[in-house]
Amino acid sequence: MKVSITINGEAQSHEVEPRTLLVHYIREQAKLTGTNIGCDTSSCGACTVHLDGEAAKSCTILAAQADGGAVTTIEGLATNGEMHPMQKAFMENHGLQCGYCTPGMVMAAIGLLNENPKPTDEEVRLGLEGNLCRCTGYHNIVKSVLAAADK
Amino acid sequence: MSITQERANSIIGQRMLRREDPALLTGEAKFTNDLVLPGALHLAVLRSPYAHARIKSINVSDALAMPGVVAVYTGKDLRDAWAAPMPCAWPVTPDMKNPAHFPLALDKVCYVGDGVVAVLANSETESRDALDAIDVVYEPLQAITDLEVALSDKTIIHEDLGTNKSYTWNLKVEATEGAVDEAFKNAAFTVRERYVQQRLIPMAMEPRAVAAVPQPFGGDITLYSATQVPHILKVMTAITLGIPEHQVRVVAPAVGGGFGSKLDVYAEELLCVALARKHGAPVRWVEERSENTQATIHGRGQIQFVELAADKDGKLTAVRVRLIGDMGAYLQLVTPGVPLLGAFLYAGVYDLPLAYDFSCTSVFTTMTPTDAYRGAGRPEATYAIEVAMDALARKMKVDPYELRKRNYIKKEQFPYTAFSGLTYDSGDHLAAAEKAMSHADYAAVRKKQATQNVAGARKRLGIGMTSYFEMCGLAPSRVLASLNYGAGGWESATVRVLPTSKVQVVTGTSPHGQGHETSWAMIASEKLGIPPEDIDVLHSDTAIAPLGLDTYGSRSLAVGGVAIAGACDKVIDKARLIAAHQLECAAEDLEFVQGTFSVKGSPDKAVPIAAIAFAAFTAHNLPDGVEPNLEAQYTHDPKNFSWPFGTHICILEIDTETGKIEVLKYIAVDDCGNQINPLIVEGQVHGGVVQGIAQALYEEAVYDSDGNLKTSNLAEYLVPAACDVPPITTDFTVTPSPTNQLGVKGVGEAGTIGSASTVMNAVLDALSGLGVTKLDMPASPNNVWKAIQAAQGGN
Repeated sequence: MKVSITINGEAQSHEVEPRTLLVHYIREQAKLTGTNIGCDTSSCGACTVHLDGEAAKSCTILAAQADGGAVTTIEGLATNGEMHPMQKAFMENHGLQCGYCTPGMVMAAIGLLNENPKPTDEEVRLGLEGNLCRCTGYHNIVKSVLAAADK
Repeated sequence: MSITQERANSIIGQRMLRREDPALLTGEAKFTNDLVLPGALHLAVLRSPYAHARIKSINVSDALAMPGVVAVYTGKDLRDAWAAPMPCAWPVTPDMKNPAHFPLALDKVCYVGDGVVAVLANSETESRDALDAIDVVYEPLQAITDLEVALSDKTIIHEDLGTNKSYTWNLKVEATEGAVDEAFKNAAFTVRERYVQQRLIPMAMEPRAVAAVPQPFGGDITLYSATQVPHILKVMTAITLGIPEHQVRVVAPAVGGGFGSKLDVYAEELLCVALARKHGAPVRWVEERSENTQATIHGRGQIQFVELAADKDGKLTAVRVRLIGDMGAYLQLVTPGVPLLGAFLYAGVYDLPLAYDFSCTSVFTTMTPTDAYRGAGRPEATYAIEVAMDALARKMKVDPYELRKRNYIKKEQFPYTAFSGLTYDSGDHLAAAEKAMSHADYAAVRKKQATQNVAGARKRLGIGMTSYFEMCGLAPSRVLASLNYGAGGWESATVRVLPTSKVQVVTGTSPHGQGHETSWAMIASEKLGIPPEDIDVLHSDTAIAPLGLDTYGSRSLAVGGVAIAGACDKVIDKARLIAAHQLECAAEDLEFVQGTFSVKGSPDKAVPIAAIAFAAFTAHNLPDGVEPNLEAQYTHDPKNFSWPFGTHICILEIDTETGKIEVLKYIAVDDCGNQINPLIVEGQVHGGVVQGIAQALYEEAVYDSDGNLKTSNLAEYLVPAACDVPPITTDFTVTPSPTNQLGVKGVGEAGTIGSASTVMNAVLDALSGLGVTKLDMPASPNNVWKAIQAAQGGN
């Protein structure tokens, strides 16, 4: 079947199998490999993107369901070579180590601030419950999100 | 120049932001599965659904007819592809039993997840779809998931070995024969405890991925792998497949965490290489998470019997340890050595007389092989001594901190030669502990506890501590020889100053989240006086960095970082000869400060290293006997392990009606010697601590009695999320290591080593008033609730 999705502002159309997940569409058809796959149970959040402005795990959505929608991936955050404030906050606060969960974590964190622009430490922790990180112990991720909220 | 003057301009010690981050933050970084490889075939592996079974027959004809399928191979089809079985590099005893183990099983499967059939197809989906069409008939055999049952040899997993026992390894040190028995006989206090180090799944966020790309001519092959150990993998690939080593190149692209799980040589790496060579096409494989939980090594897996003897003041007089180690179904790269890495640490940070008796017996089970997982042997040892110390304190009715203070090795005793013969380089346990106590406000929190933990209180407060040593900086090659390890422990570095004074640092370490590019550039910058932004760090490609022993065991800084400093020294020595020639003075009359050579006492007679680099390149006017170019290679073989240490404290509250634990405060005071980049050091501690908290409270690889892994994905295996763990208070003391020029010790595993016992001591501290004095990890709500009920005489 044919699926048309706007990815990072660019309209794209690809032929896919009906069972294709959005994350596979993004990685294999749109060839944007910044979105990572960390599990097969929708538990880890590494594949989080924005679909029509809301953070969503792209392994929980079929590409067909996103037909006609607009997706933003980690590659679409920087403008004119300038990182998004959340990306900068992660860098400034050492909010990443291996970086594999990072694209999903950053997308989830932006989604969190869209809903709650001034969260507390606890609200950040609860808000990122669906995103797992094995390196940072979350301490500096929370710090990064709070720093981005202050900007 | 004094040290303070030097420090004022120091790059080392700055909280420099990581140069690795922009690529990772923007999605530009390429992990193995991101590589674009036109024409690649996709490998999928059919895995055993049985823990222990004989393979009766395999029918692949339906699979071969599936769309996109190129080839299907059984273990027997590929038997001739292997020049040697899968490698185990650590035969810990001469009589160690090591079953031959090939990338695909031949006649028998020995754990759920054991590879049975390989499918090659044109796409990943097609390769996985074809797995369902393969028909394997098994004759199921008895599963063995209990270590004590395995030891009984009632069912033998590897029949040709005649036993499930792999080895027994002993370390007994006595001042005079019988000293340990004598100490226990004369002890005023003894404790005997049994602890279970549950199996853990390392769960690096990036599952493993492999791609093998053959060159069109000449037989060379490039193996891309999500590995911590490209250099070890290169050697082992050559040996296992019988390929000349110089024809194998291994590249570790961006690697998404390892924690020991990527310190191995895996079946899929060897399969991709063998099949890429066979088919003359790139072959790639990516692991699914539920595959990762079975096909990638597990960690821990020990039963520990620990006995302490103490005099009337609580001063330790002897330690006796008996371990049973769970090897899993086969020995992987360093599986048998993991308990040995802890064998020297069961006396913890305490001043023990020569009365130490350690013995470990390791057994095969029908579960996923175990191997090194963050800390590897040392968190287990630290847990045993530190939880036993609390048991001793309870028995003596003294404060656990007071008991530790009576036993700490004192600052003035360093360098301290331990019972084991190993020398602890430097330390000040009391200083680190006092700092942690002050963060905890220990006296006040004990006072609060006394008022809170009254009979009938629903929420009980617990305070736990651990003082630890981390034996790291693996490792002095001679010590490894005495432990029968199959390689050395050195690390290599090359420092190359290019004609325009830019620098390439080539390292044998292989980072996967630790920020080596940033820290190594800082070290070279400090030494050479060249700004860090002019220094590039090359790594993780055996064609670019041919010499190395990779990243694990908190070794990278203490061995690899020191190697870089050594290579810089050699570069500076050579540059000094050229500078002396240009300035027409003796080399020893020159001082080198912040990138410039100048004649002592005549600072106007000076030449910067940039000019020397260019002169070395043109080679127009070099002193006699000096080769062109400014480049040096240095290999550092450490004289000693390094011994980071520290004290952690956990304050938590337990809801006695639900069993739920809330960590209120976690304090980590660590001492890893001098710090190159404190920002990165803190991050390592945070992550390590949370992995230890996770062992204490959440994680466990659970097998049923048939050998099925019940926690085989991230929905069932509880890796904590942000809301499950507390903020971490980090602080440091700095006691430089005297054994290397940077004064560094390493920090990668410290957090994990100190934390599981800290949390469990807090749990038992909260519950001992209810009669709960023993509790196996994880202290899940269910386990805590049951322990309370049992102690209170309930069901």
